[in-house]
Amino acid sequence: MIKDITIGQYFPGDSPVHKLDARFKIVITAIFIIMLFSADNFISLGAALLFFVLSFAVSKLPLKLILKSMRPIVPVIVITSLLNLFFIDGVTVISIWKINITQQGLRTSLFMIIRLIALISGSSLLTYTTSPITLTDAIEQMLKPLEKIKFPAHELAMMMTIALRFIPTLIEETDKIMSAQKARGAELDSGTFIERGKALIPILIPLFVSSFRRAEELALAMECRCYNGGEGRTKLKVLVSGGSDFAALCTAILFWCAVLLLNVYTYL
Amino acid sequence: MMIKTEKLTYTYSQGTPFEKTAVNGVDLEIEEGTLVGIIGHTGSGKSTLIQHFNGLIKPTSGKVFIDGEDIYDKSVNIRDVRFKVGLVFQYPEYQIFEETVFKDIAYGPKNMGLGEDEIKERVMQTAELLGISPELMERSPFELSGGQKRRVAIAGVMAMRPKVLILDEPTAGLDPKGRAMIFGQIRDYHEKSGSTVLVVSHSMEDVADFAQKILVMDHGKKFCYATPPEVFARAEEISAIGLSVPQVTKIFSLLREKGIDIRTDVYTVPFAVKTIKEYLEKEGQLP
Ligand SMILES: Nc1ncnc2c1ncn2[C@@H]1O[C@H](COP(=O)(O)OP(=O)(O)O)[C@@H](O)[C@H]1O
Ligand SMILES: [Mg+2]
Repeated sequence: MIKDITIGQYFPGDSPVHKLDARFKIVITAIFIIMLFSADNFISLGAALLFFVLSFAVSKLPLKLILKSMRPIVPVIVITSLLNLFFIDGVTVISIWKINITQQGLRTSLFMIIRLIALISGSSLLTYTTSPITLTDAIEQMLKPLEKIKFPAHELAMMMTIALRFIPTLIEETDKIMSAQKARGAELDSGTFIERGKALIPILIPLFVSSFRRAEELALAMECRCYNGGEGRTKLKVLVSGGSDFAALCTAILFWCAVLLLNVYTYL
Repeated sequence: MMIKTEKLTYTYSQGTPFEKTAVNGVDLEIEEGTLVGIIGHTGSGKSTLIQHFNGLIKPTSGKVFIDGEDIYDKSVNIRDVRFKVGLVFQYPEYQIFEETVFKDIAYGPKNMGLGEDEIKERVMQTAELLGISPELMERSPFELSGGQKRRVAIAGVMAMRPKVLILDEPTAGLDPKGRAMIFGQIRDYHEKSGSTVLVVSHSMEDVADFAQKILVMDHGKKFCYATPPEVFARAEEISAIGLSVPQVTKIFSLLREKGIDIRTDVYTVPFAVKTIKEYLEKEGQLP
């Protein structure tokens, strides 16, 4: 069902990774991504992977989750690896009809697959272990310095928070409306392209109507509680960073250095 | 047998930490033409149960038979089941989308592939039954009052003339007058069409005086399925599972506690008057 869509779904827990300060987690994820892109042989890529495997083990998440986050990008992986496989010149290994598969092609496409998978699972680890609200909070804090040049950090964070808060509600609402129209005999998954488009009208109109209603109610409720923007607002949950956060950051940086050093093995 | 379930079980989000068994091993047999009230506290699985009856959700295990046919069998066209079993969701006004009231009521019948004239006849007849006046038919449904919108949405399903009509908390959020009106109209519909009607409610009081049979749900399980007198004879157990019994029934339970030898399966006011009269006569306290 439509409910199975996971948009950066949070998976509650109390592992050290969950407890890490969200700002550090964002920075560490960024370092991990840089690590992946600075690795240019299998050994240094392996070091980057080791960092991910360690973080994942500490987070105590079920392995199933990582596989699930992989599902939407399978087509991308397949296409990029095929392109790399067929269109890179070099020493031919296998030749089928007019297509040559080269050593270099094999190497590059394998490298790309590993890198893509690591990239997606690494960033999923961030969203699986951090609640969306905490995440936007962290982003707001990190963007705070930019407010000096009139960048609307608070407003942006508030918009993100509200949007995230309403994604599940909207999904649920869509599910309900779809069920209700199906009960009235709507056919949503058959027919020509135009028919299918038309079949969406009975879903979209009620969805828009209720979204506008919700938006109005929320605005009113916020005003009733004297919300008037970010100025002078304090936080209920203040993000605090401690020794373990710095330790995690240092570990990430050490791994990055290791990756850079291992890059000397260029022949692999 | 119009509706029959065998060990019907449904679990939401199976295999995740959010797993929740909403319907648990329900065996049920509802005869054709019965007006059934389904009650249970919030979260007892009423809504989940009824969504199985027109194939909107697939049981985790167990079977559902409508008119003797296993609706989750591969050979069955689920859309035909949906025309046979009409389901009005809770807050059905949120599904309204057409430009005019007429068009919105006609959406279901149109999906059934009926002819122009047949659709018109059905829409007008249903609108009349639900007290939607003809001058409203060309208005936008979004301009109507809450109660009117609710009735338009109910009409949209009734106009499909299903063999089984199921309404999920049809009066939620309405005032007492609107409630009485909709319950009266459901009763009319049942009498006129002779079809099987299931009305879900979390309040005993609502269904007590018109249901022929009552299904009581408790934590996803069938607590009992019986006639109102049989159900209300178990008033104490019903209170124990967090449902309030009608006020008159409560009075009779209290009288009995006070040592007065009187029956306790009383759930409508007229019957209460009759019972008290009989009691007083028996005791020789009535002139
Ligand atoms: N879409 C859903 N996803 C997960 N759990 C649900 C969903 N819908 C209902 N539930 C859970 O199933 C149980 C039964 O819900 P429901 O059938 O709506 O009860 P009722 O209609 O009697 O109030 C509740 O505990 C509810 O939290
Ligand atoms: Mg319900």
